[in-house]
Amino acid sequence: MQIQLTNAGLKTRDQWRVRGVNLTVEAGKIVTLIGPNGAGKSTTVKLALGLEKPTEGLCQRAPGLRIGYVPQKLAIDWTMPITVARFMNLYGGIKASQAQGALDAVGLHDQGKAALASLSGGEFQRVLIARAIARRPNLLVLDEPAQGIDITGESQIYQLIQNLRDELGCGVLMISHDLHLVMAATDTVVCLNGHVCCHGTPTAVANNQAYQALFGADAAQQLAVYDHHHDHHHLPDGEICKDHSHG
Amino acid sequence: MDDFILRALAAGLLLTLMTGPLGCFIVWRRLSYFGDTLAHAALLGVALSLLTGLASQLTVFGVSAGIALLLSELERRKEYSSDALLGLMSHSALALGVVVIALLGPSQINLESLLFGDLLLVTQADLWTIGGASLATLAVLALSWRGLVAATLSPELAAAEGLRPRLTQLILTLLIAMVIAVAIKLVGALLITAMLILPATLARGLSKSPEQMALIATMAGMISVVLGIAGSWFADTPTGPSIVIAALGLFIVSRLRGERA
Repeated sequence: MQIQLTNAGLKTRDQWRVRGVNLTVEAGKIVTLIGPNGAGKSTTVKLALGLEKPTEGLCQRAPGLRIGYVPQKLAIDWTMPITVARFMNLYGGIKASQAQGALDAVGLHDQGKAALASLSGGEFQRVLIARAIARRPNLLVLDEPAQGIDITGESQIYQLIQNLRDELGCGVLMISHDLHLVMAATDTVVCLNGHVCCHGTPTAVANNQAYQALFGADAAQQLAVYDHHHDHHHLPDGEICKDHSHG
Repeated sequence: MDDFILRALAAGLLLTLMTGPLGCFIVWRRLSYFGDTLAHAALLGVALSLLTGLASQLTVFGVSAGIALLLSELERRKEYSSDALLGLMSHSALALGVVVIALLGPSQINLESLLFGDLLLVTQADLWTIGGASLATLAVLALSWRGLVAATLSPELAAAEGLRPRLTQLILTLLIAMVIAVAIKLVGALLITAMLILPATLARGLSKSPEQMALIATMAGMISVVLGIAGSWFADTPTGPSIVIAALGLFIVSRLRGERA
């Protein structure tokens, strides 16, 4: 167990942002949080990271976790001059080759010397991911990692996360709306809507009535499709996606 | 050249060792109004020093640090915007300071020297204080530099990845309170923020890394001090404001060169 939330909830200004969350992240496993806007996904991630203290319930983190975090929004203040390379090595101790390797992995080969402020939104998002993985984390926490990234980049990013899990054996806790891209690699889906509406393997969640009520039959089919795809991985990714969503 | 000019020069140069890097953090964290608030509160600190007989640097530091901690606590509760809180604290502390000074009697203190400082009245003892404060500031900055920069860039990221951004914020706050406490006598309550902001803003346009920006800000501060003191010597103008004008002049020159390049 790397992170465990037990009946965790957070209340701000007399309002529960999320409540009754049970969640376990283990090394080498990918846990994906899904749910509509305002369901408490980011709040759950913040509880898991210890950025917020739970109003009720428990949050336990294994000692010695080396966390790589990709937040949903990062308000970088452009009043600070800083290059991509310096940002990659924010706390020191990252070798230049390690940083370059991570930048290569997200497709930003020669941006090391670029000013962080000069990057586009999608490039900045890639740098955030590169920075998190350059730390060689044993737990990777990503809040909508593919936001602002172009379509070809998206699947690369998810592939990268999967490879990293395989290579480092790190646990992954991720929020994503790209169900069709993440489900194949996901071990556990947690569907949130102010509370945990259901959780389990992608197939189990897709067949769950609470999930279907929340997202509609279409979305359920999407999950099922990708779990199915997972069982028959001889077909290319994109095609399957198109066949079923249009058909 | 007279001794007092040399002392003024030494005091000003030592001061820029603090205002250079700390000014960068104030610019990065958008704390200029915060610096102003602490400087206004410093007046209350001076009044307390008159009242209690303690050294003014001590009481000013106490009041500034106290106000800073109160502010960060109130901001955390999020009942009022930090802008409104700063305005409230800033002017209340200023008013309170002026009233207390007035109540102490007419000849106790020269309000003008409090507001604008007087670099030419620096004593040998002041020099030691400033030197010590500069050394302490540089030591703390050197030891916690990476953490301070990381927590400034993104407190959330730093906290998630195992740093303690609230602690670093506390360190910065106390350092800023300290620089105000030692600087109030030199450049005054109204101008200390300018000494923090102007060189750092100038440096922003010329640097590629946080470290470089701190270095350039310090050097720009030093040049401003030298030019300002020289100007005030030859034109017989008040020293503090002359230094600020020199810093402004440098800033404008750097912009003009930047535009042309």
